[in-house]
Amino acid sequence: MTQLLFKNRRPDHTVLLAEYRQSGGYQGLEKALRDMDPAQIRDEVKASGLRGRGGAGFFTGVKWSFFPVDAPGDKYLVCNGDEMEPGTFKDRQLLEADPHQLVEGMAIAAYALNVNTGYIFLRYAYDRCYANLQRAIAEAKEAGLLGNNILGSEFSFELHVHRSAGRYICGEETALLNGLEGKRPNPRSKPPFPAIKGLFAKPTALNNIETLANIPHIVNGGAQWFSDLALTEEGAGTKLYGLAGHLNTPGCVELPMGVTLGELVEKHGGGVWQGRKFKACLPGGASTPYLTEAHFDVAMDYNPLEAVQTRLGTGGLVVFDDRTCMVAATLNLLRFFARESCGWCTPCRDGLPMVCWVLEKIETGQGTDDDVAMLRQLLGHINGRSFCALALGAMGPVDGLLRHFEQEVVDHVKKGRCPLQTD
Amino acid sequence: MAELLSPEKIAELKRHIAAVHEPRELIVEVLQAVQKRHGWVSDAGVELAAELLGLSPLQVDEVATFYDKIYRSPVGRKVIHVCDSICCWSRGTETIYRHLQQVLGIAPGETTGDGLFTLLPTCCLGACGEAPAMRIGERLYTWLTVERVDEILAQERQEAES
Repeated sequence: MTQLLFKNRRPDHTVLLAEYRQSGGYQGLEKALRDMDPAQIRDEVKASGLRGRGGAGFFTGVKWSFFPVDAPGDKYLVCNGDEMEPGTFKDRQLLEADPHQLVEGMAIAAYALNVNTGYIFLRYAYDRCYANLQRAIAEAKEAGLLGNNILGSEFSFELHVHRSAGRYICGEETALLNGLEGKRPNPRSKPPFPAIKGLFAKPTALNNIETLANIPHIVNGGAQWFSDLALTEEGAGTKLYGLAGHLNTPGCVELPMGVTLGELVEKHGGGVWQGRKFKACLPGGASTPYLTEAHFDVAMDYNPLEAVQTRLGTGGLVVFDDRTCMVAATLNLLRFFARESCGWCTPCRDGLPMVCWVLEKIETGQGTDDDVAMLRQLLGHINGRSFCALALGAMGPVDGLLRHFEQEVVDHVKKGRCPLQTD
Repeated sequence: MAELLSPEKIAELKRHIAAVHEPRELIVEVLQAVQKRHGWVSDAGVELAAELLGLSPLQVDEVATFYDKIYRSPVGRKVIHVCDSICCWSRGTETIYRHLQQVLGIAPGETTGDGLFTLLPTCCLGACGEAPAMRIGERLYTWLTVERVDEILAQERQEAES
Protein backbone atom coordinates (compact mmCIF):
# COMPACT_ATOMS: atom_id res chain seq x y z
CA MET A 1 0.00 0.00 0.00
CA THR A 2 1.57 3.31 -1.09
CA GLN A 3 2.43 5.52 1.86
CA LEU A 4 3.19 9.13 1.04
CA LEU A 5 2.39 11.21 4.09
CA PHE A 6 3.00 8.45 6.63
CA LYS A 7 5.94 6.77 4.93
CA ASN A 8 8.35 7.85 7.69
CA ARG A 9 5.89 7.40 10.55
CA ARG A 10 6.99 5.21 13.45
CA PRO A 11 5.70 5.16 17.04
CA ASP A 12 7.17 7.90 19.24
CA HIS A 13 9.53 9.10 16.55
CA THR A 14 9.80 12.46 14.81
CA VAL A 15 11.69 12.68 11.54
CA LEU A 16 14.09 15.61 11.49
CA LEU A 17 15.88 17.20 8.56
CA ALA A 18 18.68 14.68 7.94
CA GLU A 19 16.31 11.72 7.94
CA TYR A 20 13.71 13.60 5.92
CA ARG A 21 16.26 14.39 3.22
CA GLN A 22 17.47 10.78 3.17
CA SER A 23 13.90 9.70 2.42
CA GLY A 24 13.71 12.08 -0.54
CA GLY A 25 12.63 15.16 1.37
CA TYR A 26 13.04 18.61 -0.23
CA GLN A 27 13.58 17.04 -3.67
CA GLY A 28 10.17 18.43 -4.59
CA LEU A 29 11.24 21.93 -3.60
CA GLU A 30 14.54 21.56 -5.47
CA LYS A 31 12.74 20.33 -8.57
CA ALA A 32 10.16 23.12 -8.33
CA LEU A 33 12.74 25.89 -8.05
CA ARG A 34 15.12 24.42 -10.61
CA ASP A 35 12.87 23.03 -13.32
CA MET A 36 9.41 24.50 -13.00
CA ASP A 37 7.89 27.94 -13.18
CA PRO A 38 5.07 28.83 -10.75
CA ALA A 39 2.35 28.43 -13.39
CA GLN A 40 3.52 24.90 -14.17
CA ILE A 41 3.19 23.91 -10.52
CA ARG A 42 -0.28 25.38 -10.32
CA ASP A 43 -1.26 23.46 -13.47
CA GLU A 44 0.19 20.24 -12.07
CA VAL A 45 -1.75 20.62 -8.80
CA LYS A 46 -4.92 21.36 -10.75
CA ALA A 47 -4.40 18.34 -13.02
CA SER A 48 -3.73 16.09 -9.99
CA GLY A 49 -7.33 16.46 -8.80
CA LEU A 50 -6.18 17.15 -5.22
CA ARG A 51 -9.11 18.32 -3.08
CA GLY A 52 -8.95 20.18 0.23
CA ARG A 53 -8.42 17.77 3.10
CA GLY A 54 -9.71 20.10 5.81
CA GLY A 55 -13.39 19.32 5.35
CA ALA A 56 -14.89 21.34 2.51
CA GLY A 57 -13.21 19.32 -0.26
CA PHE A 58 -12.75 22.18 -2.72
CA PHE A 59 -10.32 21.46 -5.57
CA THR A 60 -6.96 22.91 -4.50
CA GLY A 61 -5.90 23.82 -8.03
CA VAL A 62 -9.19 25.62 -8.67
CA LYS A 63 -8.88 27.50 -5.37
CA TRP A 64 -5.37 28.55 -6.35
CA SER A 65 -6.60 29.70 -9.77
CA PHE A 66 -8.61 32.45 -8.00
CA PHE A 67 -5.46 33.75 -6.35
CA PRO A 68 -4.06 36.97 -7.86
CA VAL A 69 -0.48 35.73 -8.25
CA ASP A 70 0.62 38.81 -10.13
CA ALA A 71 -0.89 41.39 -7.78
CA PRO A 72 1.81 43.71 -6.43
CA GLY A 73 2.48 44.05 -2.70
CA ASP A 74 2.15 41.66 0.21
CA LYS A 75 0.35 38.36 -0.23
CA TYR A 76 0.09 35.50 2.24
CA LEU A 77 -0.13 31.74 2.43
CA VAL A 78 -1.93 30.52 5.55
CA CYS A 79 -2.06 26.92 6.67
CA ASN A 80 -5.21 26.01 8.53
CA GLY A 81 -4.01 23.71 11.30
CA ASP A 82 -6.87 24.33 13.69
CA GLU A 83 -8.17 20.75 13.33
CA MET A 84 -10.86 20.97 15.99
CA GLU A 85 -13.59 18.90 14.37
CA PRO A 86 -14.27 16.09 16.86
CA GLY A 87 -13.12 12.79 15.39
CA THR A 88 -10.24 14.47 13.57
CA PHE A 89 -6.62 13.99 14.59
CA LYS A 90 -4.86 13.22 11.31
CA ASP A 91 -2.86 16.45 11.05
CA ARG A 92 -1.58 15.86 14.56
CA GLN A 93 -0.29 12.43 13.49
CA LEU A 94 1.34 13.98 10.44
CA LEU A 95 3.12 16.73 12.36
CA GLU A 96 4.18 14.45 15.18
CA ALA A 97 5.78 12.06 12.69
CA ASP A 98 7.13 14.14 9.83
CA PRO A 99 6.79 17.95 10.20
CA HIS A 100 9.12 18.88 7.31
CA GLN A 101 6.49 17.71 4.82
CA LEU A 102 4.35 20.70 5.75
CA VAL A 103 7.30 23.11 5.62
CA GLU A 104 8.30 21.82 2.16
CA GLY A 105 4.70 21.82 0.94
CA MET A 106 4.22 25.41 2.06
CA ALA A 107 7.49 26.54 0.45
CA ILE A 108 6.44 25.00 -2.89
CA ALA A 109 2.91 26.41 -2.61
CA ALA A 110 4.31 29.85 -1.79
CA TYR A 111 6.59 29.68 -4.84
CA ALA A 112 3.65 28.60 -7.01
CA LEU A 113 1.51 31.47 -5.71
CA ASN A 114 4.24 34.11 -5.69
CA VAL A 115 3.99 34.62 -1.93
CA ASN A 116 6.86 35.40 0.45
CA THR A 117 5.24 35.07 3.87
CA GLY A 118 3.41 32.14 5.39
CA TYR A 119 1.61 31.44 8.66
CA ILE A 120 0.62 28.16 10.25
CA PHE A 121 -2.42 28.52 12.54
CA LEU A 122 -2.12 25.65 14.98
CA ARG A 123 -4.64 24.11 17.34
CA TYR A 124 -4.22 24.87 21.02
CA ALA A 125 -3.77 21.31 22.22
CA TYR A 126 -0.93 20.41 19.86
CA ASP A 127 2.14 21.10 22.02
CA ARG A 128 4.32 18.48 20.39
CA CYS A 129 3.33 19.57 16.89
CA TYR A 130 4.24 23.13 17.82
CA ALA A 131 7.66 22.10 19.10
CA ASN A 132 8.22 19.95 15.98
CA LEU A 133 7.31 22.78 13.66
CA GLN A 134 9.55 25.27 15.47
CA ARG A 135 12.41 22.83 15.17
CA ALA A 136 11.70 21.99 11.52
CA ILE A 137 11.49 25.66 10.56
CA ALA A 138 14.78 26.42 12.34
CA GLU A 139 16.47 23.49 10.60
CA ALA A 140 15.10 24.48 7.21
CA LYS A 141 16.28 28.08 7.67
CA GLU A 142 19.73 26.89 8.66
CA ALA A 143 19.91 24.71 5.56
CA GLY A 144 18.80 27.48 3.21
CA LEU A 145 15.41 25.84 2.56
CA LEU A 146 13.51 28.78 4.06
CA GLY A 147 14.43 32.45 4.25
CA ASN A 148 16.09 34.56 1.58
CA ASN A 149 17.09 33.17 -1.82
CA ILE A 150 16.08 29.60 -1.13
CA LEU A 151 18.59 27.10 -2.61
CA GLY A 152 20.30 29.95 -4.38
CA SER A 153 17.18 30.96 -6.31
CA GLU A 154 15.43 34.32 -6.51
CA PHE A 155 12.65 33.01 -4.28
CA SER A 156 12.38 33.96 -0.59
CA PHE A 157 9.88 32.63 1.93
CA GLU A 158 9.44 33.25 5.64
CA LEU A 159 7.26 30.99 7.80
CA HIS A 160 5.62 31.74 11.17
CA VAL A 161 3.61 29.59 13.58
CA HIS A 162 0.62 30.98 15.51
CA ARG A 163 -0.83 28.99 18.39
CA SER A 164 -4.54 29.24 19.05
CA ALA A 165 -6.06 29.26 22.54
CA GLY A 166 -9.04 27.04 21.70
CA ARG A 167 -12.43 27.46 19.92
CA TYR A 168 -13.69 25.41 16.99
CA ILE A 169 -14.79 28.46 15.00
CA CYS A 170 -11.12 29.25 14.31
CA GLY A 171 -11.18 26.49 11.68
CA GLU A 172 -13.55 28.66 9.62
CA GLU A 173 -11.12 30.43 7.31
CA THR A 174 -12.20 34.03 7.87
CA ALA A 175 -12.53 33.56 11.65
CA LEU A 176 -9.03 32.10 11.52
CA LEU A 177 -7.77 35.22 9.75
CA ASN A 178 -9.28 37.44 12.44
CA GLY A 179 -7.68 35.23 15.09
CA LEU A 180 -4.33 35.47 13.36
CA GLU A 181 -4.59 39.26 13.29
CA GLY A 182 -5.30 39.33 17.03
CA LYS A 183 -8.95 40.21 16.64
CA ARG A 184 -11.94 38.40 18.10
CA PRO A 185 -12.30 35.40 15.79
CA ASN A 186 -15.82 35.90 14.48
CA PRO A 187 -16.17 34.99 10.81
CA ARG A 188 -16.09 37.75 8.17
CA SER A 189 -18.66 38.17 5.45
CA LYS A 190 -17.78 36.75 2.04
CA PRO A 191 -17.25 38.26 -0.50
CA PRO A 192 -14.62 39.57 -0.48
CA PHE A 193 -13.02 36.13 -0.35
CA PRO A 194 -9.62 35.75 1.34
CA ALA A 195 -7.93 35.23 -2.04
CA ILE A 196 -8.74 38.88 -2.75
CA LYS A 197 -8.85 40.39 0.75
CA GLY A 198 -7.58 38.12 3.48
CA LEU A 199 -4.91 38.47 6.15
CA PHE A 200 -4.19 42.15 6.88
CA ALA A 201 -6.59 42.88 3.98
CA LYS A 202 -4.12 41.34 1.51
CA PRO A 203 -4.60 38.42 -0.92
CA THR A 204 -4.39 35.21 1.11
CA ALA A 205 -4.38 31.55 0.13
CA LEU A 206 -5.62 29.14 2.81
CA ASN A 207 -5.10 25.39 2.80
CA ASN A 208 -5.22 22.55 5.31
CA ILE A 209 -2.09 20.80 6.66
CA GLU A 210 -2.72 17.49 4.87
CA THR A 211 -3.51 19.32 1.62
CA LEU A 212 -0.22 21.24 1.69
CA ALA A 213 1.78 18.17 2.72
CA ASN A 214 0.61 16.49 -0.51
CA ILE A 215 2.15 19.17 -2.72
CA PRO A 216 5.78 17.88 -2.66
CA HIS A 217 4.52 14.42 -3.63
CA ILE A 218 2.56 15.82 -6.58
CA VAL A 219 5.59 17.79 -7.76
CA ASN A 220 7.82 14.71 -7.43
CA GLY A 221 5.51 12.09 -8.87
CA GLY A 222 3.43 14.12 -11.28
CA ALA A 223 -0.30 14.75 -11.52
CA GLN A 224 -1.18 11.51 -13.30
CA TRP A 225 0.67 9.30 -10.81
CA PHE A 226 -0.96 11.10 -7.88
CA SER A 227 -4.40 10.87 -9.39
CA ASP A 228 -3.97 7.13 -10.09
CA LEU A 229 -3.29 6.40 -6.42
CA ALA A 230 -7.02 6.63 -5.69
CA LEU A 231 -9.30 3.61 -5.98
CA THR A 232 -12.14 5.65 -7.45
CA GLU A 233 -12.20 6.89 -11.02
CA GLU A 234 -12.64 10.55 -10.10
CA GLY A 235 -10.63 10.48 -6.85
CA ALA A 236 -7.00 11.43 -6.34
CA GLY A 237 -4.17 10.54 -4.00
CA THR A 238 -4.22 8.92 -0.61
CA LYS A 239 -6.19 9.95 2.46
CA LEU A 240 -5.41 10.00 6.15
CA TYR A 241 -8.44 8.30 7.66
CA GLY A 242 -9.14 8.59 11.37
CA LEU A 243 -10.62 5.55 13.16
CA ALA A 244 -12.40 6.38 16.40
CA GLY A 245 -15.41 5.49 18.51
CA HIS A 246 -16.48 1.89 19.11
CA LEU A 247 -13.73 0.14 17.16
CA ASN A 248 -11.31 -2.53 18.34
CA THR A 249 -8.25 -0.77 16.94
CA PRO A 250 -8.74 3.00 16.80
CA GLY A 251 -6.00 5.06 15.17
CA CYS A 252 -5.10 6.89 12.00
CA VAL A 253 -4.15 5.21 8.71
CA GLU A 254 -3.07 6.35 5.25
CA LEU A 255 -4.97 4.49 2.54
CA PRO A 256 -5.76 5.04 -1.12
CA MET A 257 -8.58 7.54 -1.48
CA GLY A 258 -11.87 5.70 -1.94
CA VAL A 259 -11.45 2.64 0.26
CA THR A 260 -14.93 1.38 1.22
CA LEU A 261 -16.54 2.15 4.56
CA GLY A 262 -16.83 -1.58 5.28
CA GLU A 263 -13.11 -2.16 4.73
CA LEU A 264 -12.23 0.77 6.99
CA VAL A 265 -14.43 -0.56 9.79
CA GLU A 266 -13.70 -4.28 9.51
CA LYS A 267 -10.11 -4.40 8.36
CA HIS A 268 -8.40 -1.23 9.55
CA GLY A 269 -10.55 -0.49 12.57
CA GLY A 270 -10.51 -4.14 13.65
CA GLY A 271 -14.31 -4.33 13.66
CA VAL A 272 -16.77 -3.12 16.28
CA TRP A 273 -15.54 -3.48 19.87
CA GLN A 274 -16.73 -5.93 22.51
CA GLY A 275 -18.21 -8.27 19.91
CA ARG A 276 -21.11 -5.89 19.29
CA LYS A 277 -22.75 -4.93 16.01
CA PHE A 278 -22.23 -1.83 13.90
CA LYS A 279 -25.08 0.65 14.15
CA ALA A 280 -23.97 3.92 12.58
CA CYS A 281 -21.01 6.18 11.95
CA LEU A 282 -20.00 9.74 11.26
CA PRO A 283 -17.97 9.23 8.08
CA GLY A 284 -15.77 12.31 8.32
CA GLY A 285 -16.02 14.16 11.61
CA ALA A 286 -18.73 15.60 13.83
CA SER A 287 -20.51 17.61 11.14
CA THR A 288 -21.05 14.82 8.59
CA PRO A 289 -24.49 13.11 8.51
CA TYR A 290 -24.58 9.49 9.72
CA LEU A 291 -24.22 6.39 7.59
CA THR A 292 -25.40 2.88 8.47
CA GLU A 293 -24.31 -0.69 7.69
CA ALA A 294 -26.27 -0.42 4.43
CA HIS A 295 -23.51 1.92 3.26
CA PHE A 296 -20.56 -0.46 3.80
CA ASP A 297 -19.92 -0.62 0.05
CA VAL A 298 -19.73 3.16 -0.36
CA ALA A 299 -16.28 4.48 -1.29
CA MET A 300 -14.87 6.94 1.25
CA ASP A 301 -14.29 9.67 -1.32
CA TYR A 302 -15.91 13.06 -1.87
CA ASN A 303 -18.44 12.30 -4.64
CA PRO A 304 -19.61 8.84 -3.54
CA LEU A 305 -20.32 10.18 -0.04
CA GLU A 306 -22.18 13.19 -1.39
CA ALA A 307 -24.30 10.77 -3.42
CA VAL A 308 -25.53 9.28 -0.12
CA GLN A 309 -26.20 12.74 1.32
CA THR A 310 -23.19 13.02 3.57
CA ARG A 311 -19.60 14.23 3.21
CA LEU A 312 -16.02 12.97 3.42
CA GLY A 313 -15.31 15.97 5.67
CA THR A 314 -11.95 15.43 7.33
CA GLY A 315 -11.99 11.65 6.87
CA GLY A 316 -12.33 11.11 10.62
CA LEU A 317 -14.58 8.06 10.96
CA VAL A 318 -16.45 7.72 14.28
CA VAL A 319 -18.27 4.42 14.80
CA PHE A 320 -21.23 3.68 17.09
CA ASP A 321 -22.16 0.18 18.25
CA ASP A 322 -25.70 -1.22 18.52
CA ARG A 323 -26.10 -0.15 22.15
CA THR A 324 -25.71 3.52 21.27
CA CYS A 325 -28.77 5.73 21.46
CA MET A 326 -28.59 7.91 18.36
CA VAL A 327 -30.62 10.66 20.06
CA ALA A 328 -28.04 10.77 22.86
CA ALA A 329 -25.14 10.77 20.37
CA THR A 330 -26.76 13.58 18.41
CA LEU A 331 -27.34 15.52 21.62
CA ASN A 332 -23.66 15.21 22.52
CA LEU A 333 -22.68 16.51 19.07
CA LEU A 334 -25.13 19.41 19.21
CA ARG A 335 -23.96 20.42 22.68
CA PHE A 336 -20.47 20.69 21.23
CA PHE A 337 -21.64 22.89 18.36
CA ALA A 338 -23.86 25.05 20.59
CA ARG A 339 -20.97 25.66 22.99
CA GLU A 340 -18.55 26.39 20.16
CA SER A 341 -20.87 28.79 18.34
CA CYS A 342 -19.12 32.16 18.27
CA GLY A 343 -22.43 33.92 18.94
CA TRP A 344 -22.26 36.20 15.93
CA CYS A 345 -25.55 35.24 14.25
CA THR A 346 -28.95 34.31 15.68
CA PRO A 347 -29.68 30.99 13.88
CA CYS A 348 -26.48 29.55 15.32
CA ARG A 349 -26.29 31.27 18.72
CA ASP A 350 -29.97 30.72 19.62
CA GLY A 351 -30.95 27.97 17.18
CA LEU A 352 -28.43 25.36 18.27
CA PRO A 353 -29.27 25.60 22.02
CA MET A 354 -32.91 25.19 20.99
CA VAL A 355 -32.07 22.00 19.11
CA CYS A 356 -30.25 20.77 22.24
CA TRP A 357 -33.29 21.56 24.35
CA VAL A 358 -35.60 19.57 22.04
CA LEU A 359 -33.17 16.62 21.90
CA GLU A 360 -32.85 16.64 25.71
CA LYS A 361 -36.62 16.51 26.03
CA ILE A 362 -36.84 13.57 23.65
CA GLU A 363 -33.91 11.69 25.21
CA THR A 364 -35.30 12.03 28.74
CA GLY A 365 -38.74 10.82 27.69
CA GLN A 366 -40.44 14.22 27.94
CA GLY A 367 -40.77 14.65 24.18
CA THR A 368 -44.01 14.81 22.20
CA ASP A 369 -44.89 14.44 18.52
CA ASP A 370 -44.70 18.22 18.33
CA ASP A 371 -41.07 18.10 19.44
CA VAL A 372 -40.20 15.71 16.62
CA ALA A 373 -41.95 18.06 14.22
CA MET A 374 -40.06 20.99 15.74
CA LEU A 375 -36.76 19.20 15.23
CA ARG A 376 -37.60 18.85 11.55
CA GLN A 377 -38.64 22.47 11.37
CA LEU A 378 -35.44 23.66 13.02
CA LEU A 379 -33.46 21.78 10.41
CA GLY A 380 -35.11 23.91 7.73
CA HIS A 381 -34.87 27.11 9.77
CA ILE A 382 -31.17 26.88 10.58
CA ASN A 383 -29.74 25.37 7.39
CA GLY A 384 -28.77 28.04 4.91
CA ARG A 385 -29.63 30.89 7.25
CA SER A 386 -26.49 31.20 9.36
CA PHE A 387 -23.60 33.60 8.77
CA CYS A 388 -20.99 30.86 8.29
CA ALA A 389 -20.95 27.09 7.82
CA LEU A 390 -20.75 26.18 11.53
CA ALA A 391 -24.50 25.87 12.04
CA LEU A 392 -24.94 24.05 8.74
CA GLY A 393 -22.36 21.50 9.86
CA ALA A 394 -23.96 21.30 13.29
CA MET A 395 -27.27 20.27 11.72
CA GLY A 396 -25.59 17.44 9.75
CA PRO A 397 -26.09 14.91 12.57
CA VAL A 398 -29.71 16.08 13.06
CA ASP A 399 -30.33 15.58 9.36
CA GLY A 400 -28.78 12.09 9.55
CA LEU A 401 -30.78 11.26 12.68
CA LEU A 402 -34.07 12.13 11.01
CA ARG A 403 -33.22 10.33 7.75
CA HIS A 404 -31.83 7.08 9.18
CA PHE A 405 -33.15 6.81 12.74
CA GLU A 406 -36.56 8.46 12.68
CA GLN A 407 -38.17 5.38 14.20
CA GLU A 408 -35.75 5.49 17.14
CA VAL A 409 -36.67 9.15 17.74
CA VAL A 410 -40.39 8.32 17.58
CA ASP A 411 -39.90 5.36 19.95
CA HIS A 412 -38.51 7.73 22.59
CA VAL A 413 -41.74 9.72 22.41
CA LYS A 414 -44.01 6.67 22.33
CA LYS A 415 -42.34 4.92 25.26
CA GLY A 416 -41.71 8.07 27.26
CA ARG A 417 -38.11 6.99 27.81
CA CYS A 418 -34.94 6.13 25.94
CA PRO A 419 -35.63 2.71 24.38
CA LEU A 420 -31.92 1.87 24.47
CA GLN A 421 -31.65 2.22 28.23
CA THR A 422 -31.46 -1.19 29.86
CA ASP A 423 -31.95 -0.27 33.52
CA MET B 1 4.09 45.68 35.89
CA ALA B 2 7.09 43.78 37.16
CA GLU B 3 4.76 41.78 39.30
CA LEU B 4 2.71 40.50 36.37
CA LEU B 5 5.65 39.63 34.14
CA SER B 6 9.36 39.54 34.80
CA PRO B 7 11.39 42.43 33.33
CA GLU B 8 13.21 39.87 31.17
CA LYS B 9 9.95 38.50 29.80
CA ILE B 10 8.68 42.02 29.13
CA ALA B 11 11.87 42.84 27.24
CA GLU B 12 11.57 39.61 25.23
CA LEU B 13 7.94 40.33 24.35
CA LYS B 14 8.79 43.90 23.36
CA ARG B 15 11.48 42.64 20.98
CA HIS B 16 9.04 40.16 19.50
CA ILE B 17 6.32 42.82 19.17
CA ALA B 18 8.74 45.14 17.36
CA ALA B 19 9.58 42.37 14.86
CA VAL B 20 6.06 41.42 13.72
CA HIS B 21 3.79 42.87 11.06
CA GLU B 22 1.14 44.13 13.51
CA PRO B 23 1.69 44.12 17.31
CA ARG B 24 -1.89 42.98 17.71
CA GLU B 25 -1.17 39.56 16.22
CA LEU B 26 0.67 38.69 19.44
CA ILE B 27 -2.32 39.21 21.78
CA VAL B 28 -2.70 35.51 22.51
CA GLU B 29 1.01 35.10 23.09
CA VAL B 30 1.19 38.01 25.57
CA LEU B 31 -1.90 36.78 27.41
CA GLN B 32 -0.44 33.27 27.57
CA ALA B 33 2.76 34.70 29.05
CA VAL B 34 0.78 36.45 31.80
CA GLN B 35 -1.23 33.29 32.40
CA LYS B 36 1.84 31.11 32.56
CA ARG B 37 3.24 33.21 35.41
CA HIS B 38 0.01 33.75 37.33
CA GLY B 39 -2.23 30.90 36.35
CA TRP B 40 -4.89 33.27 35.03
CA VAL B 41 -5.34 36.70 33.44
CA SER B 42 -6.60 39.39 35.80
CA ASP B 43 -7.85 42.85 34.75
CA ALA B 44 -4.36 44.13 35.48
CA GLY B 45 -3.03 41.43 33.13
CA VAL B 46 -5.35 42.64 30.37
CA GLU B 47 -4.21 46.21 30.98
CA LEU B 48 -0.56 45.24 30.85
CA ALA B 49 -1.09 43.35 27.57
CA ALA B 50 -2.91 46.38 26.15
CA GLU B 51 -0.04 48.66 27.13
CA LEU B 52 2.59 46.37 25.60
CA LEU B 53 0.62 45.99 22.37
CA GLY B 54 -0.53 49.60 22.03
CA LEU B 55 -4.20 48.63 22.23
CA SER B 56 -7.11 49.52 24.49
CA PRO B 57 -7.93 47.09 27.32
CA LEU B 58 -11.26 46.45 25.57
CA GLN B 59 -9.51 45.34 22.37
CA VAL B 60 -7.52 42.86 24.43
CA ASP B 61 -10.43 41.68 26.55
CA GLU B 62 -12.68 40.92 23.60
CA VAL B 63 -10.03 38.41 22.52
CA ALA B 64 -9.20 37.19 26.03
CA THR B 65 -12.84 36.35 26.76
CA PHE B 66 -13.28 34.50 23.47
CA TYR B 67 -10.80 31.68 23.96
CA ASP B 68 -11.64 29.05 26.55
CA LYS B 69 -7.99 28.28 27.29
CA ILE B 70 -7.39 31.80 28.55
CA TYR B 71 -8.72 32.05 32.08
CA ARG B 72 -10.23 35.39 33.09
CA SER B 73 -11.10 34.07 36.57
CA PRO B 74 -8.75 32.57 39.14
CA VAL B 75 -8.10 28.86 38.71
CA GLY B 76 -6.24 26.22 40.71
CA ARG B 77 -2.58 25.49 40.16
CA LYS B 78 -3.51 22.66 37.81
CA VAL B 79 -6.49 22.93 35.48
CA ILE B 80 -8.07 19.63 34.48
CA HIS B 81 -9.78 19.76 31.10
CA VAL B 82 -11.86 16.65 30.41
CA CYS B 83 -12.78 16.12 26.78
CA ASP B 84 -16.54 15.67 26.39
CA SER B 85 -16.70 15.53 22.59
CA ILE B 86 -18.16 12.61 20.68
CA CYS B 87 -15.26 10.10 20.54
CA CYS B 88 -14.46 10.45 24.23
CA TRP B 89 -18.19 10.36 25.00
CA SER B 90 -18.53 7.11 23.05
CA ARG B 91 -15.81 5.52 25.18
CA GLY B 92 -16.92 6.56 28.63
CA THR B 93 -15.98 10.16 29.34
CA GLU B 94 -19.18 10.66 31.36
CA THR B 95 -18.03 8.07 33.89
CA ILE B 96 -14.59 9.69 34.07
CA TYR B 97 -16.08 13.15 34.56
CA ARG B 98 -18.44 11.96 37.32
CA HIS B 99 -15.58 10.15 39.02
CA LEU B 100 -13.40 13.26 38.99
CA GLN B 101 -16.18 15.32 40.52
CA GLN B 102 -16.63 12.71 43.21
CA VAL B 103 -13.00 12.24 44.21
CA LEU B 104 -12.18 15.95 44.02
CA GLY B 105 -15.43 16.90 45.75
CA ILE B 106 -16.11 19.72 43.29
CA ALA B 107 -18.51 20.47 40.46
CA PRO B 108 -17.35 21.50 36.98
CA GLY B 109 -16.00 25.06 37.11
CA GLU B 110 -14.94 24.78 40.75
CA THR B 111 -11.53 24.58 42.42
CA THR B 112 -10.53 22.22 45.21
CA GLY B 113 -10.21 23.74 48.71
CA ASP B 114 -6.42 23.40 48.64
CA GLY B 115 -6.29 25.44 45.45
CA LEU B 116 -4.67 22.60 43.52
CA PHE B 117 -7.20 21.47 40.91
CA THR B 118 -9.84 23.25 38.84
CA LEU B 119 -12.18 20.99 36.87
CA LEU B 120 -13.40 22.10 33.46
CA PRO B 121 -14.77 20.42 30.35
CA THR B 122 -13.12 20.93 26.98
CA CYS B 123 -14.05 20.17 23.44
CA CYS B 124 -12.00 17.74 21.36
CA LEU B 125 -8.28 17.53 22.17
CA GLY B 126 -7.37 15.64 19.00
CA ALA B 127 -6.82 12.43 20.92
CA CYS B 128 -9.86 10.68 19.41
CA GLY B 129 -7.87 7.54 18.63
CA GLU B 130 -6.88 7.22 22.30
CA ALA B 131 -10.18 8.16 23.94
CA PRO B 132 -11.18 9.05 26.55
CA ALA B 133 -8.69 11.85 27.12
CA MET B 134 -8.04 14.81 29.40
CA ARG B 135 -5.40 17.45 29.91
CA ILE B 136 -3.94 18.54 33.20
CA GLY B 137 -1.97 21.72 32.67
CA GLU B 138 0.09 21.06 29.56
CA ARG B 139 0.02 17.29 29.92
CA LEU B 140 -2.25 15.07 27.83
CA TYR B 141 -3.57 11.85 29.37
CA THR B 142 -5.25 9.26 27.17
CA TRP B 143 -6.92 5.82 27.38
CA LEU B 144 -8.50 6.92 30.66
CA THR B 145 -10.14 4.52 33.07
CA VAL B 146 -11.38 5.27 36.59
CA GLU B 147 -8.34 3.47 38.01
CA ARG B 148 -5.94 5.36 35.80
CA VAL B 149 -7.52 8.68 36.79
CA ASP B 150 -6.84 7.87 40.46
CA GLU B 151 -3.20 7.13 39.67
CA ILE B 152 -2.83 10.29 37.61
CA LEU B 153 -4.33 12.49 40.35
CA ALA B 154 -1.97 10.95 42.91
CA GLN B 155 1.02 11.61 40.66
CA GLU B 156 -0.04 15.17 39.94
CA ARG B 157 -0.59 15.80 43.64
CA GLN B 158 2.79 14.37 44.52
CA GLU B 159 4.44 16.54 41.89
CA ALA B 160 2.75 19.66 43.25
CA GLU B 161 3.87 18.91 46.79
CA SER B 162 7.50 18.20 45.96
